[in-house]
Amino acid sequence: MSIRRAAPSNVTLNSPHRGQHRRRSRSFNYQLLQSFTAIFCTVVLGVFFLYILRVSRENRGTASSRSIAASSAANDQLENESLRSDRSELRLGTVPWSSGLPQPGMTTEVSSTHGANPFVSALPAQPLGTIDDLVWKQFAALNIQPAPLCSDEVFLRRIYIDVLGTLPTAEEARAFLDDRDPDKRAKLIDMALERPEFADYWAMKWSDILRVKAEFPIKLWPQAAQAYHRWIRTAIKNNMPYDEFARALLTSSGSNFRTPQVNFYRALQGKEPAAIAQAVAVTFMGERTERWSTERLEDMSVFFSQVGYKPTGEWKEEIVYFDRRKGKDKAAFNEPLNAHLPNSVKVQIAPGEDPRRVFADWLIHEKNPWFARVAANRVWSWLLGRGIVEPADDIRVDNPPSNPELLDFLASQLISADYDLKHLYRIILISQTYQLACIPNGEQSLGAEHFASYPVRRLEAEVLIDAICQITKTSESYMSIIPEPFTFLPEGTRAIELPDGSITSSFLEMFGRPARDTGLDSERNNKLTAAQALHLLNSNHIHNKLKQGSGLSELLSSTPNTAPVDALYLGILSRRPTDDERAMAGGMAGYGDGAQTLAWVLINSDEFLYRH
Amino acid sequence: MKAKSYYCDSSCGPELNRRQLMQCGFLASAGYLLAARLLGAETTTPVDPDAPPKAKEGTAKAVIQIWLGGGPTHVDTFDPKPDAGADYTGPLKGTCPTNVPGIHIGELMPELAKLADKYSLIRSFTHGDNGHETASYLTQTGRNPGKVVFPAAGAVVTAFKAFDKSDKEQAEKESLVPPYVVLTQPQGRFSEAGFMGMKYKPFATGGDPNAGRFAVEGIVSANLSESQQRDRRALLARMNALGNALPTDSELVVAAKSRDDAYDLMLGDAGQVFNLNTEKDELRVRYGRNKFGQSCLAARKLIEQGTKFVTVNDGGWDTHKDHFAAMRSKLPVLDRGLATLIADLADRGLLDSTIVWCIGEFGRTPKVATESPWNGGRHHYGKVFSSLVAGGGFKGGQVVGESDSRGENVKNRPVYPGDLIGTMYELVGIDPEASLPNPRGDFIRATPGEDEGMRSGGRLKEIT
Repeated sequence: MSIRRAAPSNVTLNSPHRGQHRRRSRSFNYQLLQSFTAIFCTVVLGVFFLYILRVSRENRGTASSRSIAASSAANDQLENESLRSDRSELRLGTVPWSSGLPQPGMTTEVSSTHGANPFVSALPAQPLGTIDDLVWKQFAALNIQPAPLCSDEVFLRRIYIDVLGTLPTAEEARAFLDDRDPDKRAKLIDMALERPEFADYWAMKWSDILRVKAEFPIKLWPQAAQAYHRWIRTAIKNNMPYDEFARALLTSSGSNFRTPQVNFYRALQGKEPAAIAQAVAVTFMGERTERWSTERLEDMSVFFSQVGYKPTGEWKEEIVYFDRRKGKDKAAFNEPLNAHLPNSVKVQIAPGEDPRRVFADWLIHEKNPWFARVAANRVWSWLLGRGIVEPADDIRVDNPPSNPELLDFLASQLISADYDLKHLYRIILISQTYQLACIPNGEQSLGAEHFASYPVRRLEAEVLIDAICQITKTSESYMSIIPEPFTFLPEGTRAIELPDGSITSSFLEMFGRPARDTGLDSERNNKLTAAQALHLLNSNHIHNKLKQGSGLSELLSSTPNTAPVDALYLGILSRRPTDDERAMAGGMAGYGDGAQTLAWVLINSDEFLYRH
Repeated sequence: MKAKSYYCDSSCGPELNRRQLMQCGFLASAGYLLAARLLGAETTTPVDPDAPPKAKEGTAKAVIQIWLGGGPTHVDTFDPKPDAGADYTGPLKGTCPTNVPGIHIGELMPELAKLADKYSLIRSFTHGDNGHETASYLTQTGRNPGKVVFPAAGAVVTAFKAFDKSDKEQAEKESLVPPYVVLTQPQGRFSEAGFMGMKYKPFATGGDPNAGRFAVEGIVSANLSESQQRDRRALLARMNALGNALPTDSELVVAAKSRDDAYDLMLGDAGQVFNLNTEKDELRVRYGRNKFGQSCLAARKLIEQGTKFVTVNDGGWDTHKDHFAAMRSKLPVLDRGLATLIADLADRGLLDSTIVWCIGEFGRTPKVATESPWNGGRHHYGKVFSSLVAGGGFKGGQVVGESDSRGENVKNRPVYPGDLIGTMYELVGIDPEASLPNPRGDFIRATPGEDEGMRSGGRLKEIT
């Protein structure tokens, strides 16, 4: 990893206003810009060259230039075209599924996947864009064979689950799969980034890191937790630049109810300066102060030594503010505060100047070696299942990035896009690296570290229960009896929308929802346990949802021209069944309630339970 | 000015072995809730660097906790004050003399009175907290509520006794029985695994052990026959497209293993532990044909099969209103169930190795609230209350400590939650200096101590 030394030592002299900061970062970046231009030109040329090659090879004139993925999708589509006529007729009437459901004239839908493996596209993956170039460079150096591209079906599901924490409906799946637009993958990404679930899901993820919970041992109190959550969700919905987001969390003063971002300073395992510094380090620098020297932690704590807390007349309201007297001897009120930034640069903070601002200005400066990289690494790890530095919240000298150039590139993209996180999402999601299939082409362990295939991992607790509720058209009740007065959330609230980590739910607890005590990623547990398997396979909870919810029958009746087996596959696995699957499902017609049994099978399959 | 950049600094914290970290992540996750069996699979499972050291051979092998949620009155149960006057006793003025001369208990507990030689009473239990959540936390963890959430005694005992795989033969034998079970509903978020994580959480049975078929959530299906279950299992295996396409993926291997274990429990002999119909009717009646009594019976069966910690989670003790009517219906049920449990364990030779611990989060105000709307109620009281302990190395026929004449203050020998829990840990063989597993790999002593700011009256040496 290239090391950028010392942030400018003048950060304390003026706390730059946001606008100035932006302008300054532009001019400051001149040299960087030059080198980027050079890289960029090379990349564009390279990509263009590849593209020409490909287009001529395939002898197709699709004019899209957005992605090879798009053209591969088109390719699939063309192939299907030629299969469509014979396939659909072949399948007619071969699905004796469920209680007399297949009707005369009913057709089975055409599978756009190829035979037995619905997970891969027929096309090999090729680098496209800087991210892919940097990833492929390592493939070449380490002799790693990347997985093929994922199929459209997998891509669709991935975008919904990874970006929205939400299962696509049967109609959404059908519409995407039948869309012949060669650009449809890019369009799906653009659409997803604007959906309200984007804000819901990422507010949930950030609430894990920012420790949003009402009770015990972090006592935010329900109103404050909900206000804090709403502030985070609004910031994400409005795509607040990430540096502004961090600055607001770090420098605000006010009431926990009225200026909700101050809850950052309340959602802590302690309110002493060292505990605050610890939380700031892990949240924004991706570092664990337990691994620091005592001296370094003490140095950083100075910036948080004047965070004051005071109650108001309102029950459980608390003001977080800059307490200029705190931590100082009476005689030293008018003395400057001497402090060392985490990069060891010494600063003097004038009396009356909030040390938190000095720290924040240093932190979010584009030359700061941590800030943009940590954010980029987090987003990458969320989408690709593994950080370039892994774990994403344990950055240290003996845990180097697996691909330093890639991390640098992502960080520079974030900075040059004025900390627009959606830009980062977009360039990652459109990359071929993200669109690789989950079936590795070679040994899993080495390839995994270098992103040679998409890693399979269990859906998060909230996403899983929401998906089951969506399929069955049922809901969960979310409430909390602690503390009094009780908290009740409206019926139909989705788990990814929950504004408070203290809300009671035995399902979410069993499936590894994080306690939100430390803000560490490892608090969330996404491994399937035997207890979870028992619950999914055999609990009354799941059984009753399948049996009593209207979801399955609606799924079957809303698509009168589709065979039941196809409708269930589309609604649950977001794809059509393969020929083999149709045959297997058909052989079960003897079961009393076939649709429920098939839905049970699909919900318990790895394909449903795991991102893939 | 120091010129070093952080990334070059050699003075940062101790190095942590990356491999260890990854292993620890893997382990924290692989679903062990149900079984030491998973832990037995050493060929595929790396060693857990955070695992607690093996507990020594303690006098106690297992613990049954009778949890009286809501806070049971102490003066109408184990610490009657017949001389305090009607303002205090309410209508329950009498007491039951026990089979140990000098020890009297509440008048509604005649069965327990017959075997006071088998248990001891602590009458000076105290923590001073009157909030349900914080008091539950104190009573179950022995720790003051603070920055981190400590695990409850059940999770700690299980961590040391059940998640130790050095004794392979034992591990194999106990393979499928859940090591930490709560009958029937979980106690809530302050009572279980704390920072140790999911792996140490109890298995909550759900269902009603007094029903014709004890439908243990996930294990015993109310809807499907065994052959239907087998058919479904085979179908799922065939139609599991992703699992079949990726047979060696480390995540999906865990999934397949978890499903296999789940099915073993559903379809194999292990699930029979929950079948109370194998017990004699006469014994079932002695325990009481109600949810509490049959839960006590299920607890005994689980202990016999190798479970290390069972909580019988009883509720309804938060009797602010109409306290005495509630006691007339609740105390006979408690009396019968608990007395039969102790006697049954003793008859089977299990009492010497099984601790029975009966407690709620606090006691209730000794003075009766007669005014409206309480209508003869008792409120929260953490200043002094009682607990019953039996077996596993605890002596019987003793009383520890004393409350004052009205049951309002500790008169002598205070016993704080950490004192009882520390004593219990010693009896099950947990080294007083052993550390708990935790995500950060820090040293966190399992046993609560005075150096953490907790008050202490000392270990219960008088009854061990």
